[in-house]
Amino acid sequence: MHAAAKAVVVRKSLGGNPVPVRFRPQADQGHQLRVTNLRKAAPQGAEQDCGYGANPMNLRDSRAVPANHLEAENLQLWRGDHHVLKGVGFTLSRGECLQVTGSNGAGKTTLLRTLCGLMVPEEGRVLWEGRDVRTDLPAFHSALMYLGHEAPLKADLTARENLYYWIGVRRRTPGAGLDAALSRVGADACRERLVRTLSAGQKRRVALAGLALMFCPLWLLDEPTTNLDAEGQQLVGALMAEQLARGGAIVVATHQQLPAAVRAARRLEMAA
Amino acid sequence: MSNAGMSAGAGAAIDIALSAAQAAPGASALEAARLALARDLRLAFRKRGQLIQPLAFFALVTMLFPLAVSPELARLRAIAPGVLWVAALLASLLALEFLFRDDAYDGTLEQYALSGQSLTWLLFAKSVAHWLLTGLPLALMAPFAAMSLGVAAAAVPGIIVVMLVGTVALSLIGAIGAALTLGMKRSGALLALLTLPLSLPVLIYGARATQLAIGGSSFIAPLELLAALAVLCVTLAPLAAAAAVRISLE
Repeated sequence: MHAAAKAVVVRKSLGGNPVPVRFRPQADQGHQLRVTNLRKAAPQGAEQDCGYGANPMNLRDSRAVPANHLEAENLQLWRGDHHVLKGVGFTLSRGECLQVTGSNGAGKTTLLRTLCGLMVPEEGRVLWEGRDVRTDLPAFHSALMYLGHEAPLKADLTARENLYYWIGVRRRTPGAGLDAALSRVGADACRERLVRTLSAGQKRRVALAGLALMFCPLWLLDEPTTNLDAEGQQLVGALMAEQLARGGAIVVATHQQLPAAVRAARRLEMAA
Repeated sequence: MSNAGMSAGAGAAIDIALSAAQAAPGASALEAARLALARDLRLAFRKRGQLIQPLAFFALVTMLFPLAVSPELARLRAIAPGVLWVAALLASLLALEFLFRDDAYDGTLEQYALSGQSLTWLLFAKSVAHWLLTGLPLALMAPFAAMSLGVAAAAVPGIIVVMLVGTVALSLIGAIGAALTLGMKRSGALLALLTLPLSLPVLIYGARATQLAIGGSSFIAPLELLAALAVLCVTLAPLAAAAAVRISLE
């Protein structure tokens, strides 16, 4: 009941006032996370300015790592001859959103896929709650939700069936929850329609319904607002603000401006 | 349609249902596998053409032999085991192309790999679905094909048992091949090239067991070897397929 009440509060506050009570933008700490993607890689284990200007604690050394803390250390990745990730590093704690920007082909998707463990960097590592994610990938994966730029939907299943199988593999989802999620993203009318008959924007909304159902500590989103109308983009913002308000973290790759509700995200610029 | 347009009451109800769903416990491995299996079965019945294609192929090939070889029953009976098994092998190969291809295109495999569930286990569930959709119907069709080749009805139970066991191995060996050729555009020929050599033991023991069953003698020895192959495939093939899928996702 408590969780339900909280969700209502967040949503109501999103209606008129875009900033929910528990969500505080960190504009005063500066938007720039830190210079990344340097030509010369930062030496391994070098002191990193984590962007916590106001925080005197050295998070990495003291091991006083907050929960849901994602950290990337000097990620280096080549695709053939192409050096895609050139020493990317950042830290992200609860309730924070990191916006990855950069031109086409700058490696935004590659970074997200490396963070979630689909790709293995040649050098560097990703830490989750202070531990290398490679030591326990299944545990890390059950803590994260990755949404690529293509919605992972089956053309020959209805929207509701898609959600049922997709989310059901991860957690026991009651049918009422599926319907609620579809209503939440404004895809009520698509519920019993085959996904092949839906428009690109409607498909994206069904994928967002999956996101709304997955209350997990870390979201990795690749261009979540593609194909969406203005209202849909606000919806993405609302979902993201909810995720931040309940203490989740988000890494979002997009070259568009983020929806107003999460405008205060920190930025990571990828150089092509 | 818009959220703003919804009444406050409906919005709250949605939020409560959503929060309940968000707090739901994780799915067990068994539950996840059941859903992966159910999803593939449902999809297969939505795309019936794809489902029927290998079965129709099997029926056609076995029916063409009497026309091409000779209507002489003794002769047909002699070649029946070989015809049945070669046709079954090729029919199962025909269905393999679709095993992982669509899942790779639409991102389902990616979501499986990132679900926190064991990818090996989920791919095993997919292979079981593949067997249910090709191996099982082939085993059930085999007696009819055999009888059209002049085999006596007494051999039917033996043929079914041998086919059931052999197609399990075929489906799982095929899963390795399908996973290995995921990244390729025109993977059909390579898939055959990879899978057929690995399937040869199944073909040899399967045909031998069927021959003995048709002849009315004990076919236990080759059937046991076939079963050993099937067990080997059940235990190792999903691991190999999962490793291959992980590589293809990189």
